[in-house]
Amino acid sequence: MNIHEYQAKQVFAKYGVPTPRGIIANTVEEAVANAKELGGNIWVVKAQIHAGGRGLGGGVKLAKSIEEVETLAGEILGMTLVTHQTGPEGKLVQKVYIEEGADIKDELYLSVVLDRAAELPIIMASTEGGMDIETVADKTPEKIIKVAVDPSIGFQSFHGRELVFGLGITDKAEQKKMVQFASKLYKLYMENDAEMIEINPLIKTGAGDFIALDGKMGFDDSALGRHPDIEAMRDITEEDADEREASEYGLSYIALDGEIGCMVNGAGLAMGTMDTINYMGGTPANFLDVGGTANAQTVAKGFEIILKNPNVKAIFVNIFGGIVRCDRIANGILEATKLVDVNVPVIVRLDGTNAPEAAVILENANIDNIITATDLGDGAAKAVAAAKGEL
Amino acid sequence: MSILVNKDTKVIVQGFTGGEGTFHAGQCMDYGTQIVGGVTPGKGGQEHLGKPVFNTVKEAIKATNATVSMVFVPPAFVADAVMEAAEAGIELAVIITEGAPVRDMQMAKAYAVKQGMKTIGPNCPGIITAGECKIGIMPGNIFKKGSVGLISKSGTLTYEGANQVVNEGFGITTAVGIGGDPIIGLSYKQLLPMFEADPETKAIVMIGEIGGDLEIQAAKLIKEQITKPVVAFIAGQSAPAGKRMGHAGAIISGSAGTAKEKMDALEAVGVKVVVSPAEIGKAVKEVLSK
Repeated sequence: MNIHEYQAKQVFAKYGVPTPRGIIANTVEEAVANAKELGGNIWVVKAQIHAGGRGLGGGVKLAKSIEEVETLAGEILGMTLVTHQTGPEGKLVQKVYIEEGADIKDELYLSVVLDRAAELPIIMASTEGGMDIETVADKTPEKIIKVAVDPSIGFQSFHGRELVFGLGITDKAEQKKMVQFASKLYKLYMENDAEMIEINPLIKTGAGDFIALDGKMGFDDSALGRHPDIEAMRDITEEDADEREASEYGLSYIALDGEIGCMVNGAGLAMGTMDTINYMGGTPANFLDVGGTANAQTVAKGFEIILKNPNVKAIFVNIFGGIVRCDRIANGILEATKLVDVNVPVIVRLDGTNAPEAAVILENANIDNIITATDLGDGAAKAVAAAKGEL
Repeated sequence: MSILVNKDTKVIVQGFTGGEGTFHAGQCMDYGTQIVGGVTPGKGGQEHLGKPVFNTVKEAIKATNATVSMVFVPPAFVADAVMEAAEAGIELAVIITEGAPVRDMQMAKAYAVKQGMKTIGPNCPGIITAGECKIGIMPGNIFKKGSVGLISKSGTLTYEGANQVVNEGFGITTAVGIGGDPIIGLSYKQLLPMFEADPETKAIVMIGEIGGDLEIQAAKLIKEQITKPVVAFIAGQSAPAGKRMGHAGAIISGSAGTAKEKMDALEAVGVKVVVSPAEIGKAVKEVLSK
């Protein structure tokens, strides 16, 4: 689960990680009131969406008067912001964060993430803040410092030294501030089951203070149960409505732009099914993993969600039963045809646990638009043909 | 021959008396696995599925000489169960549970490594040596004895691949579902050399997915150490570029983790790479009839 910048900064503040002062606004009026409350003569108006690249997309603007705050908040609130991380459809901006201006001397980069290969959390830092860090990693990898921290010993002074000397920080007071900054961030990462924390830029002010000017945070969904305060930060408007509805039924759904609806058990087989459809000249309309505990109700829900997409010309149900038993899926399909108007051909391939029983169930039902397939290749071929109206 | 487990392997079940544990332990016993008991704290001294229940893994090992544990405990308790097994001297823990927090697994895996305990999973179908020993949730009937080893990140693609191999008349030595979580136990890197060393295994099927770089590492290892033919499928060629936030993940792996990148790396070291999982069986037939 991801959270907004303003929420990340609230978490930072709780741990004593320095951030600029700021107040979140839902309306232009609130934005103006917030700017007045913050005081000063320069403010930053920042679109709050779950994606990076907001500045380049026009979602972060500097205001030098209250009037300008009003104008900019009016422009940004309600805009559909497209960045390289939103996908081409962009994201609707519903909140703006009004922040005090900062005295920027240097821009750095700092993040904490799991290094899967080392199986340890890793702190990454760079002097090249404020830029696209992937480009930095690609062009000048020596400018990225990586410090792995073994949780069994925690963040030690030597980790801090690797970091500050790597960043070329020579001033004693600044070294101390940076070590504290990183140490707090690591603590925050561990204690909240964060998946990723990224600060770009982390600025050094004229006075030699380090401040998180931006903040991106994602959390391990499996651990949200033990962090009710973090879970309360979920912004469901940032999530796709169909994907969310599906997840409430234990289904994992992602809409795509093709013609063949897919209902599969297991993420790997679901991707493999999409790959096979593509390979055979068709286009998948979605990714849908019904999971290991599918029953009649979840399958019916799956059909309902797939059929909401008007582009769907055929549905391919591909189940290899391990935990999920095929007879349950077969009953689910029959149940679904009663609950939902399934008006396209449905190609069904059921294999594995209780597959023979499932075949009998489908056969006895004798429904016109249900076509059985013998294996994955056969099913995909029939689905592609059906979508083209050739079956 | 086979790898890791066989008909003589003695297995206990952690989370024995729960719903999932009960159903799948029963299925494993039906397949022929030597389930010698289980652990459910507070239920020690009882009998379940005709086998003794213990309060602790230590007691279970003392009474049964079990070397492998199949873990079915709920997600929040997985790390504790795995570390208990490691401390007690279990040699291999097969972790089926889905949804264990990553931080917990990081800690449990590190401790398992320190104690010299191998792990498989979490969030995986388990391991099966065809005709001898099933430790996991896979439908046993499709795994017929034969000459092909199988390693897969995905549960259902394990079944799909094994089924095709069997239908082509070759069968399986051992199949291992390694899981696709950020922290997993045994991976391609450890398992490929085991299959290389197993005289009964004539070919190896590896099934991967987009994300991470385990398949890239596997390609390097195959070049250096593996002489047996390898067939590979990487799921997710048609997956759209994911919406994401931040860049740290991509930098740390040093690769985009795309299907194409992995397929190219494997093809470059002589692996027979198929574009659809429907081709796995045919490809195995092709490499074995060369």
